[in-house]
Amino acid sequence: MAARKSTQKSNVSAEDLTKFYREMLLIRRFEEKAGQLYGMGLIGGFCHLYIGQEAVVVGLEAACEEGDKRVTSYRDHGHMLACGMDPDGVMAELTGREGGYSKGKGGSMHMFSKEKHFYGGHGIVGAQVPLGAGLAFADKYQGNGRVTFTYFGDGAANQGQVYETYNMAQLWELPVVFVIENNQYAMGTSVQRSTKSPAIWKRGEAYGIAGEEVDGMNVLAVKEAGDRAVAHCRAGKGPYILEVKTYRYRGHSMSDPAKYRTREEVQKMREERDPIEQVREMLLTGGHATEEDLKAIDKEIKDIVNKSADFAKASPEPALEELWTDIYA
Amino acid sequence: MATEILMPALSPTMEEGTLAKWLVKEGDTVSSGDVLAEIETDKATMEFEAVDEGIVGKILIAEGTEGVKVNTPIAILVEEGESVEDAVASAPAASTEAPAAGAPAAPTAPAAAAAAPAAPEVDESPDYPEGTEMVTQTVREAIRDAMAEEMRADGTVFLMGEEVAEYQGAYKVSQGLLDEFGSKRVIDTPITEHGFAGIATGAAFGGLRPIVEFMTFNFAMQAIDHIINSAAKTLYMSGGQMGAPMVFRGPNGAAARVAAQHSQDYAAWYMQIPGLKVVMPYSAADAKGLMKTAIRDNNPVIFLENEILYGKSFEVPKMDDFTVPFGKAKIWRKGSDVTIVSFGIGMTYALQAADKLAEEGISAEVIDLRTLRPMDLPTVIKSVMKTNRLVTVEEGWPQGSVGSYIASEVMQQAFDYLDAPVITCTGKDVPMPYAANLEKHALITTDEVVAACKKVTYR
Repeated sequence: MAARKSTQKSNVSAEDLTKFYREMLLIRRFEEKAGQLYGMGLIGGFCHLYIGQEAVVVGLEAACEEGDKRVTSYRDHGHMLACGMDPDGVMAELTGREGGYSKGKGGSMHMFSKEKHFYGGHGIVGAQVPLGAGLAFADKYQGNGRVTFTYFGDGAANQGQVYETYNMAQLWELPVVFVIENNQYAMGTSVQRSTKSPAIWKRGEAYGIAGEEVDGMNVLAVKEAGDRAVAHCRAGKGPYILEVKTYRYRGHSMSDPAKYRTREEVQKMREERDPIEQVREMLLTGGHATEEDLKAIDKEIKDIVNKSADFAKASPEPALEELWTDIYA
Repeated sequence: MATEILMPALSPTMEEGTLAKWLVKEGDTVSSGDVLAEIETDKATMEFEAVDEGIVGKILIAEGTEGVKVNTPIAILVEEGESVEDAVASAPAASTEAPAAGAPAAPTAPAAAAAAPAAPEVDESPDYPEGTEMVTQTVREAIRDAMAEEMRADGTVFLMGEEVAEYQGAYKVSQGLLDEFGSKRVIDTPITEHGFAGIATGAAFGGLRPIVEFMTFNFAMQAIDHIINSAAKTLYMSGGQMGAPMVFRGPNGAAARVAAQHSQDYAAWYMQIPGLKVVMPYSAADAKGLMKTAIRDNNPVIFLENEILYGKSFEVPKMDDFTVPFGKAKIWRKGSDVTIVSFGIGMTYALQAADKLAEEGISAEVIDLRTLRPMDLPTVIKSVMKTNRLVTVEEGWPQGSVGSYIASEVMQQAFDYLDAPVITCTGKDVPMPYAANLEKHALITTDEVVAACKKVTYR
C-alpha cells in the first residue's frame, strides 16, 4: 500500500509555473468579485467561496487528461474555473441569469458542464462521492481509460456513504481519485472536534485503498500527488485517496461570522502559506518572471473577472417559461 | 479613482443592518482582506473585509447607526494623493445596480381548474393488435423477460442490486440473467443501498442506463437522497445538460406477515416528486410493457412491483417488442354506476369488488392507472362524467394518499358531475402489525371497497 509523503518537485517548467499562477489568481479574483456581488445583493442564497484552496484544483487539473471527469460539493466555483468553464457562464449562474451554466436554475451550489466533464456542484454533503464512483463505474464499463476526480471535504468524510463507496470502488477497482479537501473546518466544527482519526486518508486502508497526505497549499506538491493518483487509476489498480491539507480564508458561506477560529490563525496562514504567493515567489526568485510580467497577468485576470461580472449583471433573468422546462428529458 | 464602500448583504435574508463598529479611521491605508467594520446582521455580528486597496477617505455612516439599508454607501476609499473632495466629486452615484428585490415574477400555474369541462381527450387505443397470440406468464417472468429483451437491445443497460446475480434474485425476478449477460452487466452489490443507488445514478450521468433492484422498496429509504436529490433533480438543476436515465425497481407494499418495517406502500411518496416517473403495474402484460418503456425512458423511473403479484399469472401478448406507454390508464371493466380507480395490487380488491357488485346489480367501471406519474386523469374524469361516482383503492396510508390527490383533482375538474363525495379506500392509518388477524384488518379489504361503492351509489 502506498503511503508516501509528497515531496516538492523542482523540475517544473516556467511555463507551467506561470500557468498555475494565472489559474489560481483567476479563482481568487473571481471569488473576491463573487463576494462583492453577494454583498451588493446580486448573488443570493448560499455562496461558498474557495479562497485559500486554489492550489488543490489547479494542481489536480494539471494531472488530468482531456475526457477525465470531476464532481464536487457546493464549494464548486474553483473547480469549474480550473477545468476551463467560462467565467462569464459561472458568474451569470451565481446571479441567477439566463446566461448561466444552468440557465439560472441551479445557482452557486448546482452547476454542471457536460462539455467540460464537470458533473456538479452538489448541495448535499457527501452525495457526490458515490456519484463520482458511479461516473468511474461508467468509464470502466465503457473501457475508455478515463479517471474521475471526486472531491469532498473533511466534513463530508464523516458521512456513511463515503465508506459504502470506498468499499464498492475498491471491490470493483473503479478508476476514481477521492480527493479529501481537508480545509480543517466543517462549517464551524474543526476536524479535532469531529473525529479522533489523526489522518482521514488512512480510513481507506480499511478497504485496501492506497492514498497519501498532500500539502494543499503547494500547487507543485498537489500536481505531483495527482500524477501518482492518476497513474494508479489508469493502470487499472482501482481507486486512490488524496487527503489534501488546505485552508479556506473566508467563512463557510457568506453569512458565516467565523467565530470558531481566531483572526490570527487565518492571518498566519495567509502570510506564511498562501498558495499564490508561493508561486509568485518562485517565479520572481527563479528569474522566470519580472514584477512587470506579473502585473500584466494581474491586469489580464482582473479584466476577465470584471468582464464576467458585467456579463452576469447584463444577462437577463430567465424567461418565466424556464420554470417549466428541463423537468423531464 | 475613488471607490464607494457599500453596506453589504451578509446573509441570504439581510435587508438592513447595524454598523456596529468601525475598525478603521479616516486616513488609514487598507488592503484587500483587512477588516473594515463589524456589522450586525439579522443572524450574527460579522466582520466586513475590504475588497479593494486604498485609503479610507471618508466615513459616511457613523458607528452605532442602526437600520442601514444594504447597498447604502458607508465610506469612500481614495487612492494615494487623491483628496476626499475630488473623490466625492468623482465618485459614482450610489449604486443602483442591485436588482429590485422582492419582485419575483408570479409563477404561472399550469392551466388547471377549467370551469365546466368538456369530456377530456382520452387515448382508448388497444395496447396490442386484436388477435395477437397470447402466452400465460407470471408477473415475475414478465419483468425478467422485459429486462432481458432490453439488455439484448442496448449494451448500456445493466442490472445491479443485492443478490441479483449469483443468487438469481431474492425473489427470483432476475433468474437466468447472469448466465446470459455475465457479471459485467448483472452485478451483485454489497448490502449498501445508499451507496449503490448513488453509484448507479453517477453511472447514469456517465452515459449508462442502470436498472437498480432494491430487494424491497423499504430499503430504498436508505437511498432516498440519491433517488430524489441526485437522480430526479439534476436535469433541472443543470439546465437540461444531464439527467439520469435509469430504473429503480423492486417489490413495494405489504407481502405477508413481515410486519411494520417490511410492509409499506411508497406509491404516494414517489408520486409527489417532479423529475421522477412512477409505475405500479398490476398484470404481467403491463409489467412487461411498462418495464421496457421504463428502461428506454430518459428519466429516472420508480417501478413499484409487488411480492404477492410476482407469482400471479396473466395473459401476455406474444410480440417481438411489446411496450406500454406511460400515462395511459387501462379500463379493465366497463360500467355505468360507479368508477373504481386503483393500481398495482389494489386492482385485486377493485376487480373482486366489481364482481360482487355485479351480483347485486351495481355496474362498476374499473380503471387501472398503471402509472402514477404521469397520471392519466382524463380517463378517470371521463369515467366520472359517466358514472358520477368515484371510489379509489390502494394499500397505502390515508393521509396524503394517491386517492386524496385524485379526489382533489376530480373535485376541481369535474365537481358538477359528482353525485356523491369521493371515497378513498386505503390501508389503515397504522404501522403494519405482525399478527395474522391484525394484518388482514390493517390492509384494505374487498368488502370495504364494496361498502364504499354502495355508499356512493346510495344503495
